[in-house]
Amino acid sequence: MARSFRGGVHPDDQKRYTAAKAIEVAPLPDKVVIPTRQHIGAPCLPIVKVGDLVKKGQVIAEAQAFVASPVHASISGKVASIGEYPHPVFGFCQAITIENDGADEWVEGLPLNRDWRSMDSNEIKEIIHQAGIVGMGGATFPTHVKLAPPQEKPIDTFILNGAECEPYLTADHRVMLEYAERVITGMLITMKVLAVKQGYIGIEENKPDALSVMRQAAEDSGIKVVALKTKYPQGAEKTLIKVIADREVPSGGLPMDVGVVVQNVGTVVAVADAVEKGLPLIERVTTVTGGAIAEPKNLLLRIGMTFAQAIELAGGFKEEPAKLIMGGPMMGMAQCSVDIPVIKGTSGILALSQADINEGEERPCIRCGRCVDACPMGLVPSMLSILGERGLYEAAKEQYDLLDCVECGSCVYTCPAKRNIVHYVKLSKARNAALTAKK
Amino acid sequence: MEKAILIVAVLTGVGLIFGFILAYANKKFALEVNPLIHIVEDVLPKGQCGACGYAGCMAYAEAVVLNAEVPPNLCIPGKDPVAKAVAELTGKKAAEMEPRIAQVRCAGSNEKAVIAYGYRGIEDCVAASLLFGGQKVCKHGCLGLGTCVKNCPFGALTMSETGLPVVDAEKCTGCGVCQGACPKGVIQMVPIGARVRVNCNSKDKGAIARKACTAACIACTLCMKECPHGAIKMENNLAVVDVKICKEQCSEQKCLVKCPTKAIGSVVKGGSSGTEKAADCS
Repeated sequence: MARSFRGGVHPDDQKRYTAAKAIEVAPLPDKVVIPTRQHIGAPCLPIVKVGDLVKKGQVIAEAQAFVASPVHASISGKVASIGEYPHPVFGFCQAITIENDGADEWVEGLPLNRDWRSMDSNEIKEIIHQAGIVGMGGATFPTHVKLAPPQEKPIDTFILNGAECEPYLTADHRVMLEYAERVITGMLITMKVLAVKQGYIGIEENKPDALSVMRQAAEDSGIKVVALKTKYPQGAEKTLIKVIADREVPSGGLPMDVGVVVQNVGTVVAVADAVEKGLPLIERVTTVTGGAIAEPKNLLLRIGMTFAQAIELAGGFKEEPAKLIMGGPMMGMAQCSVDIPVIKGTSGILALSQADINEGEERPCIRCGRCVDACPMGLVPSMLSILGERGLYEAAKEQYDLLDCVECGSCVYTCPAKRNIVHYVKLSKARNAALTAKK
Repeated sequence: MEKAILIVAVLTGVGLIFGFILAYANKKFALEVNPLIHIVEDVLPKGQCGACGYAGCMAYAEAVVLNAEVPPNLCIPGKDPVAKAVAELTGKKAAEMEPRIAQVRCAGSNEKAVIAYGYRGIEDCVAASLLFGGQKVCKHGCLGLGTCVKNCPFGALTMSETGLPVVDAEKCTGCGVCQGACPKGVIQMVPIGARVRVNCNSKDKGAIARKACTAACIACTLCMKECPHGAIKMENNLAVVDVKICKEQCSEQKCLVKCPTKAIGSVVKGGSSGTEKAADCS
């Protein structure tokens, strides 16, 4: 019997477009635009100049703080410009443009061939930091920070997130099917860094092939593969911990408060590549899909390729897209242009047609309570939206646990009055942050 | 009939008893309040705007009466007359107050500003600015969703058909609530009596600003060169007028003539009572 959690919704998973399509290696683009900030945390400082020749895998921007991840060149070529460029998350960000010289040459010494079993934990952590690895599920939190919990918070469980509960996306699904060995290696390396014995892989039931492939790959490794009920947001960190480890992350807390670390499957593959072969994070698997895309595909893209190039590789638009989203339809970021670079957190490029979306005028809350039933965090989304609408941002924070909202969008999906609940939550969070900064 | 009389008698009796108890309690447990506080509060305009820095007019009245260090001229909507009256009542000295008014430093109306994407979220400028800084290409201009209009405690702002807020000079008291509500910092408080105003907030370089909006200040410096009094400076690719020099020394408004985008405009004279309009300078 597959495990589940309280709340959640059942949107059509729309994975049929790409689930059976093997990962396709994208041809090299003429140029890449690499933002210096592809993670949550402080921006990086460029260390190359316009006109410099760079090799694939060379560091082009260095981290200036602990919560930051360096950025590497994803192709070999010449630095054409350094300047402001549209960014899928931050609007605008400093970016380094590299013109391809066609050689696709690795920086000297790469790739390596190392045995991770003989390395110690700190050495591996440093390699992960230098390889620029961040959470590739979309949140882009630097991985080395997650792997360095404070001493007073012992970690005893590691969970690999292969739920991929967002509709449309199949990147993690394909990674598990095609790179199963790499996933297990990366997971074992990560578990060694954290010195944990218990490892789980959570996969939703709608991916039976991934479940059996991973079960086979995990044999003899001591890792347990857990089948999860297909329900959104099964892959949200906190719900995943509740379902697999039966522990509840406290309000305002982090997974490490209950002794758990969660990583995405893409991230551990990057860890395996970095530790065994010395390769930095310069490419990722991205699902290019949606009703407006001619031939939806799973593509292995170099970081810094533009959305336009990726969409072109997927046959271009077959009709005018009504919405362009980076990530999944539930939590992804709406975009206003295709001239935007693919970053480390781009799990999907979603172009929805008018027929895919269900839009309507926002109406007053009728207090039906459907959002309360759907909220996986046990909040009262209707009140959060009403308080946000009336400008009572502090009351939302103090009386209705605004900050515990993970913005999964289950409430908006289920709302019959089509209220922009998550937008009100984001607005209230921003207003509260501004108020706190003022004080 | 007898029942009715009984009811009236009992209720009257109960009423009288409680009346006396309340009257007694009122006298016995009366709070000593400085009567001056109420007199001062009566003088204040009661917009409850908070521009003085206190939580409403009553809080300010209390502070100004009880605390010797609180100056009497903090009420911005009340301007000079209120400051004088409060000073007189509290026996303090009021410094001269300069009346001010809100200025919307953006002329990027729906026709003039270029739109980056169709926004379909909450009708609120702060909410829109969370999405890549708003739906306009210009990241410094007015988003036109009326957060300032909703927040004005005096009803002095209205949203025009062109998508920009209009300040009613008669109603605007210069309290500055709109200034704090605008996520873009488009609204600024300016002294009444300024002759010219720059109706743009874009800090982008000229070429970028021009592409984003046909009414943008492109920092061409022509106005600065034309001004014989040196009242105009360029800061962050934006013309900034020194209101003091402009008000006291200028009578010719030469700066307006050459502006290629009409980003700098004249203010029709009329002080605080006339309708303020940015006139065409050609």
